[in-house]
Amino acid sequence: MSIKGKAYIAGAYEHPTRLAKDKSVAQLHAEAALGALRDAGLTKADVDGYFCAGDAPGLGPIAMVDYMGLTLKHYDSTDVGGCSYIAHVAHAAEAIAAGKCKVALITLAGRPRSEGHSGATPRMRGADAPDTQWEFPLGVATVNAYAMVAARHMHQFGTTAEQLAWVKVAASHHAQYNEHAMLRDVVTVEQVVGSPLIATPLHRLDCCVVSDGGGALVVVAPEIAKSLKRPLVKVLGAGESIKGQMGGDVDLTYSAGVRSGPAAFAEAGVKPGDIKYASIYDSFTITVVVQLEDIGFCEKGQGGRFVADGNLISGVGKLPFNTDGGGLCNNHPANRGGITKVIEAVRQLRGEAHPKVQVPNCNLALAHGTGGLLGSRHGAATLIMERE
Amino acid sequence: MAAKERAIPAPGVNPETAPFWAAAKEGKFLIKRCTACNKAHWYPRATCPHCMSETTEWVESKGTGTIYSVSVMKRAPEVYAIAYVTLDDGPTMMTNIVECDFDKVAIGDKVQITWRPTQDDGPPYPVFKPA
Repeated sequence: MSIKGKAYIAGAYEHPTRLAKDKSVAQLHAEAALGALRDAGLTKADVDGYFCAGDAPGLGPIAMVDYMGLTLKHYDSTDVGGCSYIAHVAHAAEAIAAGKCKVALITLAGRPRSEGHSGATPRMRGADAPDTQWEFPLGVATVNAYAMVAARHMHQFGTTAEQLAWVKVAASHHAQYNEHAMLRDVVTVEQVVGSPLIATPLHRLDCCVVSDGGGALVVVAPEIAKSLKRPLVKVLGAGESIKGQMGGDVDLTYSAGVRSGPAAFAEAGVKPGDIKYASIYDSFTITVVVQLEDIGFCEKGQGGRFVADGNLISGVGKLPFNTDGGGLCNNHPANRGGITKVIEAVRQLRGEAHPKVQVPNCNLALAHGTGGLLGSRHGAATLIMERE
Repeated sequence: MAAKERAIPAPGVNPETAPFWAAAKEGKFLIKRCTACNKAHWYPRATCPHCMSETTEWVESKGTGTIYSVSVMKRAPEVYAIAYVTLDDGPTMMTNIVECDFDKVAIGDKVQITWRPTQDDGPPYPVFKPA
């Protein structure tokens, strides 16, 4: 059974806040949920499926379902870090295709900015995780794990700091038009490589923002989508996988996207060259380069050349990406950027992106991300959507 | 005088890994090898991650290797280098590089094991220094 054409994204909402000192995490989840339901033209009484990940306060989906007063037939709290919500769309489509629910709500929210989180601080990812005793004491933070991927990519393929910088430059060109973006100034390659080194070879401007906020999506059965007033955004295909250290056969040059990407394209029946717009998880500039290679937009090792010279800038390059400004400039709520990737893809397919960054005739879009740490172990999720 | 080094938190030892940390206190660096597929792995497990056999055994590593990747953490109270080192015995492991020039440490450098004390009277922790 395929999910192709079995579900539609009817509601999408990005919370406008980037600093939420006066709100709780549960409140942000509920505000995002309400925004997405209103966008779809639905109410909470219509919701019969709920999806969330580890940012939801409480045990799995239980506390948030109770907080929002939902009555469900289906739930799923798959957590693969920042790309969870991309996988949730696929899982919701699977559940809808199997007749388990008809209106699936996906929420994300968090306030790491208010709580003073930093990607430069070593963070324990589960005291009982089998890898923790072998890695946490070493000071593996977020940024230095991705930096090891960048260092290896540069060593093995000749990728340069200037090429990585182009990813941030493109994001900043888009963010200037987003009134909610945390960073709206257009930056140059020189400014990126001239910003302070955080973890070699990554500079401050190679890193995404830390922001409070949230987002939500509503995935529905075809008959419900067609009864609503919103443009039809159809789920065409999806893929997911996990990659780690392979028992010590460590290879930092590729991600689990080598499996999730081709699976999604096969299910959708389209090729990378058909994609008009791509949301690519941009926790760091290197993340984008590796993922673009892995899901098939260019050959392995050619990602640096592919992103250079404005090739990711809408209206300039061949592959417009992250037209909201992405995690690098706009928003990275809860330190998890997956949901905003889907939301901007939906805006593009509806023709509702900012006019300065809207891709003409955008009928086919992709959202892809990784969660966890690219430099140690991570999940990947790819989603392909079509404007019907 | 060398710059102050970052303090290493004590690892959370469990029954599966206790022999490694007991050997560490004796200055011995152990890795796991599978007697079914004959392949070494890292980090050490009771069950082989390559073939899923339960017949893994502890063997002493030479403790020499080559840096596969390295990043120097600049935005920290004490600058430190996190790295992957490919052991001459086979597997690649995450570690720190110490006693090195942080401006020069690079992929391809030959390194050898050394140990650092950990906080809260934890066992010594395996890190690497230039060979």
